[in-house]
Amino acid sequence: MADDIKVIAEVPSFTVTLMVRRYDPEVSEEVKWVDYDVTVYGTDRVLDALHKIKWEIDGSLTFRRSCAHGVCGSDAMRINGRNRLACKTLIKDLDITQPIYVEPIKGLPVEKDLVVNMEPFYKAYRDINPFLVASDKPEKERLQSPEDRARFDDTTKCILCAACTTSCPVFWTDGQYFGPAAIVNAHRFIFDSRDEGAEVRLDILNDKEGVWRCRTTFNCTEACPRGIQVTKAIAEVKQAILKGRA
Amino acid sequence: MPQNEHGTNTHYHQHDIVIVGAGGAGMRAAIEAGPHLKTAVISKLFPTRSHTGAAQGGMAAALANVEEDNWEWHTFDTVKGGDYLVDQDAAEILAKESVQAVIDLENMGLPFNRTPDGKIDQRRFGGHTRDHGKAPVRRSCYAADRTGHMILQTLYQTCVKLGIEFFNEFYVLDLVMTEYNGEQRPSAVVAFELATGDIHVFQGKSIVFATGGFGKIYKTTSNAHTLTGDGVGIIWRKGLPLEDMEFYQFHPTGLAGLGILLSEAARGEGGILRNASGERFMERYAPTIKDLAPRDMVARAMANEVREGRGAGPNKDYVLLDLTHLPPEVIDAKLPDITEFARTYLGVEPYTEPVPVFPTAHYAMGGIPTNIKTEVLSDNDTIVRGLFAAGECACVSVHGANRLGTNSLLDINVFGKRAGIYAVEYAREADFVPVPENAISDVEKLLAIARNSTGTEKVAVLRKELQDTMDKNAQVYRTEESLNEALDKIAELRIRYQNIQVQDRGKRFNTDLLEAIELGFLFDLSEVLVMTARERRESRGGHFREDYETRNDEKFMVHSMAYKLDKTPVKPGEDIRVDWKPVTVTNYPAMERKY
Repeated sequence: MADDIKVIAEVPSFTVTLMVRRYDPEVSEEVKWVDYDVTVYGTDRVLDALHKIKWEIDGSLTFRRSCAHGVCGSDAMRINGRNRLACKTLIKDLDITQPIYVEPIKGLPVEKDLVVNMEPFYKAYRDINPFLVASDKPEKERLQSPEDRARFDDTTKCILCAACTTSCPVFWTDGQYFGPAAIVNAHRFIFDSRDEGAEVRLDILNDKEGVWRCRTTFNCTEACPRGIQVTKAIAEVKQAILKGRA
Repeated sequence: MPQNEHGTNTHYHQHDIVIVGAGGAGMRAAIEAGPHLKTAVISKLFPTRSHTGAAQGGMAAALANVEEDNWEWHTFDTVKGGDYLVDQDAAEILAKESVQAVIDLENMGLPFNRTPDGKIDQRRFGGHTRDHGKAPVRRSCYAADRTGHMILQTLYQTCVKLGIEFFNEFYVLDLVMTEYNGEQRPSAVVAFELATGDIHVFQGKSIVFATGGFGKIYKTTSNAHTLTGDGVGIIWRKGLPLEDMEFYQFHPTGLAGLGILLSEAARGEGGILRNASGERFMERYAPTIKDLAPRDMVARAMANEVREGRGAGPNKDYVLLDLTHLPPEVIDAKLPDITEFARTYLGVEPYTEPVPVFPTAHYAMGGIPTNIKTEVLSDNDTIVRGLFAAGECACVSVHGANRLGTNSLLDINVFGKRAGIYAVEYAREADFVPVPENAISDVEKLLAIARNSTGTEKVAVLRKELQDTMDKNAQVYRTEESLNEALDKIAELRIRYQNIQVQDRGKRFNTDLLEAIELGFLFDLSEVLVMTARERRESRGGHFREDYETRNDEKFMVHSMAYKLDKTPVKPGEDIRVDWKPVTVTNYPAMERKY
């Protein structure tokens, strides 16, 4: 059996170039692209390369990160023009003959290097009532059939990393748009059989900055590191506004 | 507004209740406290980034939804799982209040997996048994393999609903203790605002620590980069004791070489551990419950297989988690995230290939000593009035020498809730303790030293050397010699730490500075862990001494209590005193631990 196991420890190291978009208003208002050569291994991710730069070359390089395996949602960034989590993007899966371009997610104000101000994103989330609205006071658990539970399973996976919202061209041009992540989180409750707040949420999303701004470009679905069918969820919310929740 | 020489400002806030940490325990406390009194939650991270979200397998509660179960069996399993170092009154509370804790979460909206008749579904987990060890029992309530994620999201959603006030990306660096009415009382915490570099003083009547663990003392760990034990370290620096710090849990199934967690749910759903020859080796170590033995036993068995040359892979340095006999639809429905980790990070397809795994540093059983009301203790029984702790940073002690899987998500909910309730009860009667003039001086000093450091040592290098020595000398197997080696190494690193270099000179989002300060806490906690591990000359639960291989109840059925002495050590560790505290026994006398 052991012979079948892929050799994971023996991947040789290789050198890659990262081009990182640097910005620190305390130093200068100017944005710079800075290149760094780092030696990495086959299991290394873009986050590992960023850590190598920070820990070995320039301690001032600034980015958010925490869990480092794709569940906390801290390190969404634009890598070679696509929104990804740095901790989930293996370097060997990128074209390493070219420099790897790393920049902050778009559409939110850049604070420093790869750190953006997330508050507009969080506010859109808070504005769609992202919590269960239920008037009953059960003594035990509420019952829910496995089918009803499955109805909103996909959208419970959201980690609020903002990869979807900041990949959306509508959001780039109109920061008032709620954006995919807020709609995903509305979907999670609208289609929960225990919830009674759907109408209010649907009203909110029927607004001119709501779901109708979506142009169905599917960028959000492609960007989601959790594999959520974001565009489908938005379409279901649109349908629910028109026909009621099914 | 007072401005210091770095051009940063100092801000003052006043809340009845100040909660440090916005993971499961902190937010569960806030949900109890927020509706009653003015409450602030201060967090190093945005709340949903907290590491509760990485927990996978489930939350134990004897709901008996799918088979016969009761809280007394759960209590027994917890006590036995903890190798009889568990305080049995606390374990009883944990097990009794578990049912309501799960119902609270369901009522808040948590999307648990369901049985065909619509109740919360339950599955098996290591060490949880029916009728005192007869067979595995289905006790873990779960939401696929992202139960922690759903708990964290649900608690945050509820906090949004209640309008809880958060201070996110505020890094608490100090607890201000003040002499008041003849006793030491907490008056405030001092935090560093990451976005601006400003200092904030949060005065509170009740102060709750819910700051999580410190897995980053080890190299191979399931823990987040941010789990540097600042909260526990702050308590230590205040001269308050830490309990049972030698007991650190190594989770059996970390992805080999990476440490990323693969839930025990994989074995709960039928996964099997195999060595290089394909043998199901747990049959030799735990004949009755095999792969579902408690984590300390499984982790040691795995390490032993590798040590004795039966490891798999080119370097024979891991074992295999075999899920290939499970139907792909079961894997997809119940273990989607962890199987994706195997695909993403190791390129292994769990449908058809076994996954390389090895133990990974996972959970601190020890921490800030508290009683069952989550009140922090300053010795074996004296309460520090107004100071509370809950969750992984605390030691109440429900996990003893080894925590059972699914008992930590339970712990944060049961004792997080209690922390909120008792913090409110105290704050209703108490006055604000005046904050002294010089409240921020220690933090200013700490920041100034780091900010102005122009040495040659790199923080990342020192941290790596610390983690290497902890992995090598204070992991699954320990000896007097290995622990002394670790102690000497930490002393050497501390000296080099005086000569560090912080390159980022800025005020805004200075994570370079932050990492330098975090390293200081990692040193403190590593040293306490090693010292208590050295003094516990027996093997129990997660603490295994090769030079003292058996459990010694006569001498060591006691909690360790480490105290920081106010003196400069000549030899490493001389500034730490290790004392002992009796274990609370109610119904279960210590027995041999066999599975």
